[in-house]
Amino acid sequence: MNPTRAGRRWSRWLGIAVLCIIAVGWLIPLVWVILVSLRPADLPLREGDILFGSRPTLENYTTAFRIAPFGTYYFNTIFITVGVVVVQIITVTLAGYAFARYTFPGQNVLLFIILLQVLIPFTALVVPNYATIRAMGLFDNRLAIMIPYFGSAFGTLLMRQTFKSVPRELDDASRIDGATWWQTLWHVYLPGGTAALVAFGLSSITYHWNEFLWPLVVTNSERSRPLTVGLAIFTQLGELGAQWPLVSAATLIVVAPLFILFLVFQRQFINSFLRSGLK
Amino acid sequence: MPRTKLLALLALFVVGLVLAACAGGAPSAPAASTAPTSAPAAQGGAAAAPTSAPASQAAAPAAAGNVDLDFYYPVAVPGPITQILDKYAADFHKDNPNITVKPVLAGSYQDALTKIQTTVQGGGAPPGLAVLLSTDMWSLIDADAIIPLDQCISTIGGDAYLKDFFPAFMANSQAQGKTWGIPFQRSTPVLYYNKDAFKEAGLDPEKPPKNWDELASMAQKLTKKDANGQVTRWGVQIPSDGFPYWMFQGFAIEAGKNIVGDSPTEVYFNTPEVKRALEFWASLSTKYNVMPPGVIAWATTPNDFTAGKTAMMYHTTGSLTNVLKQAQFPVGVAFMPADKGYGAPTGGGNLYIFKNAPKEKQDAACKFIQFLTSPDRAAQWSIDTGYVATRASAYDTQAMKDLAVKQPQYLVAKDQLQYAQRELGTHAAPQLQQVLGNNIQAVIAGKKTADQAMQDGQAEADRILKQFK
Amino acid sequence: MAASSIARPKTEARARRPRLSWLPYLLILPTLIFVVVFTVWPSLATLYQSLFKANQAVRVPQFIGLGNYVNLVQDPVFLKVLQNTALFVLMTVPLSMALGLAFALLLNQKLRAIGIFRLAIFYPTILPLVSAATIWLFMYTPDYGVVATFLRPLGVRGQNWLGNPDLALWAIIVMTIWKQTGYYMIFYLAGIQNLSQDVFEAAALDGATLWQEIRHITFPLLSATTLFVTTIAVVAGFQMVDQIYIMTQGGPDNASNLLMYHIYETQFRFQDRGEANALTVLLVLILLMFTISNFLWFEGRTTYESD
Repeated sequence: MNPTRAGRRWSRWLGIAVLCIIAVGWLIPLVWVILVSLRPADLPLREGDILFGSRPTLENYTTAFRIAPFGTYYFNTIFITVGVVVVQIITVTLAGYAFARYTFPGQNVLLFIILLQVLIPFTALVVPNYATIRAMGLFDNRLAIMIPYFGSAFGTLLMRQTFKSVPRELDDASRIDGATWWQTLWHVYLPGGTAALVAFGLSSITYHWNEFLWPLVVTNSERSRPLTVGLAIFTQLGELGAQWPLVSAATLIVVAPLFILFLVFQRQFINSFLRSGLK
Repeated sequence: MPRTKLLALLALFVVGLVLAACAGGAPSAPAASTAPTSAPAAQGGAAAAPTSAPASQAAAPAAAGNVDLDFYYPVAVPGPITQILDKYAADFHKDNPNITVKPVLAGSYQDALTKIQTTVQGGGAPPGLAVLLSTDMWSLIDADAIIPLDQCISTIGGDAYLKDFFPAFMANSQAQGKTWGIPFQRSTPVLYYNKDAFKEAGLDPEKPPKNWDELASMAQKLTKKDANGQVTRWGVQIPSDGFPYWMFQGFAIEAGKNIVGDSPTEVYFNTPEVKRALEFWASLSTKYNVMPPGVIAWATTPNDFTAGKTAMMYHTTGSLTNVLKQAQFPVGVAFMPADKGYGAPTGGGNLYIFKNAPKEKQDAACKFIQFLTSPDRAAQWSIDTGYVATRASAYDTQAMKDLAVKQPQYLVAKDQLQYAQRELGTHAAPQLQQVLGNNIQAVIAGKKTADQAMQDGQAEADRILKQFK
Repeated sequence: MAASSIARPKTEARARRPRLSWLPYLLILPTLIFVVVFTVWPSLATLYQSLFKANQAVRVPQFIGLGNYVNLVQDPVFLKVLQNTALFVLMTVPLSMALGLAFALLLNQKLRAIGIFRLAIFYPTILPLVSAATIWLFMYTPDYGVVATFLRPLGVRGQNWLGNPDLALWAIIVMTIWKQTGYYMIFYLAGIQNLSQDVFEAAALDGATLWQEIRHITFPLLSATTLFVTTIAVVAGFQMVDQIYIMTQGGPDNASNLLMYHIYETQFRFQDRGEANALTVLLVLILLMFTISNFLWFEGRTTYESD
């Protein structure tokens, strides 16, 4: 028998064993938080007794919903996420199309200016942008959370790249038929660009659903506060001490929708993450 | 042709933005539906009509003669505070139909201060009324954010009203000869002890430690080890994360020197008494071995106590309701043990009225302050939350008297108030609290000596305060 | 979202003569406006405002030149924060990348259950960092947390992971690695699956061991992926702030304070806008230097894997 082959089989099984251990280890936080969220609130934690206790209950979920307006937070998060992505899809499509198919004076300079957004990440500019939002009178408004993201350098680059791969001839044919620029964009370019847009959209949704610092800084009330900020406030109920089962339930309330969405669209999600980086 | 289409597209884009902006200011209907009391439903309905963006609030009330008063409150304790305040707002509305109070959960104390400071700084409209830390008074004065309340107080009871509040609470509420904040949700740390553990250790469960020496010696008796020498029950736990400066102030005052005095530009970290206080705190784990080593978590200390992992703990009186609910043993509550004398800092939040708010909102806020601080309500608030009722007359109410019979533990914090002193609330207080807290933690973690830490802390504090002189 | 991207602005050779010369400008305008208002302008504004003293002690900002920068250099907290940030990035980036690569290699086999394994490792990426931090805050709770429960049989007791200045940052590093590994793994997985299988078959025929194969074929071919992942990982690493806010607030004694959190607390907690602007300038400079040098390195490389 070929020693290498045997070695390979052996390492394959070893690999699977290691994978099992890692996967279990990686899942512990999630499994545990689910179990703790079912623990009765009046059952003090004891060393070694850290699961849901003897009588699992859903009361923590109802309590969490009662204490904090998670319904409003949900609405805000969905509003913000959808709003940003819709506007982004429009802006990046237009800009990507312009950079892909037109030649115009200053093109490279403009592209470079837009590229700055990739070089200087938004989070780093939280302090000056906060001042800008104040000056615009948008503080504590959902639009304040959204507006800085309406233009996306990354999305522009992605669409520019995608549209460039559309054969010239199709474009020419369309124009000869008398189509306007936007008809051409709609009928010739967009069909091939949908995959890229979906990928971009999904990674953008994930980013905005999960974003924390910027909304924390520019919101002040439940009118505009998204889920992440609401959860952070919830965990800082502070003065009395940790209410684990309660906060676990709140955490799961925040996590659940995107998580379910992820399970359903796993493949697209992973592809979108790849595109958001590799292209 | 393409021109018009393009314009149409751009127009759509702009309309979309405007719509988004309007929707951004729209009220939160779902919030109302989750609240259990009946009032918020009406609130949600009322709010849906007139108020669009927060900035436009000046116009709305003038038109109808009605006042909408935003009331920002932090949640420092979990539980039913949201519901209680919603109910207060509804009750208040019944008496004052032209004023609608809208309680807004503003996050932690720190977040609430941050938001309001930056709102004022940006020229935005702050809420009419807010609960912020009493120690934030100078930060708010420096930001030119709040108004003195003397005018308001003269209309709701004057000196008699003011004198009814415990003097210890007023220490962080007055400056420059004016009153800037009205005590609302105030607390103070106390000593909790497990009476069963006391009996088991041969101690008299009705005689908790009265001074530092007794604390150390009793804690030694209460500390239990298993066969392997592992500690199964600690004598005492004093939390040192979160806001260590606050706990520490108790020790410093007991040792005879508070870290802060009348001047808002001076602190006294680098004094023999304060160093002695810090050394004693650290020695509980390093010398006496009666407290877990290292920084102790604020959040889990009550759980350690109710689970029997520590026989005594220092914690806020605000924890009392929860501790009594969870503990399976008789809980004793006592003054924090004395050194030169008893001592305690005060903590918690005051009510502030904001300068940039329109006059009618300020007046409405004043009325609501009167309502919130009435003796009956102060008593009920204390019973519901565990905070100390802020007025002496609250303790004369029937509700409080009943409670005192049933659960005398609730009175300890109030009695301790006679020894309480001003909390660390100078200029730039959040920064100074952090400086002191960091140095305390460094000592507890064994990274610095008390001497070194207090020298460092003093130097840093002086550097910050120098700017305000 | 990706913090960086590979773009090679090349002028289109066969450019078509535009029918409406102003149209492309109009198409770009929305994007341009938002980039200028929220990236270009704030970068310049922060640079200018970092020259002013603007804190609670002054009602009107005062010009102090480089005063804020001088204060920073003399501030032991700032130096500690820089140290922490360097340690944090130097630990989380290579470790989560190495783990990501290792997992990708393990996952790159034909196995029916492989999707479940991939999901188990990838799911932290989907969680908001705030939620992940909240979960780990509990996990690290002394005595009652999962970490304490698992370590008790090993004789580790009573550790306050987040309350010990020697451990707090490490505890956060571990949590961050757990959060990030799945993300980087996906890039490596794609990189591996894009590699041509012929080389590997040839190697197998030559009797190469699995390790030799990985060492001499897989690693070199993945170098472009590695460079790319390094870029996004480092840029992300410098901006991490959510878990600090939730888990330690920078404590104890600044042991876990990172640059982005320090900016946040300086501006919003301490209300020192001048110093916060100076800190922002320094952060942007660090990021710019890093991204540009990495970008140039990328451009200079000739071996590209699949596009």
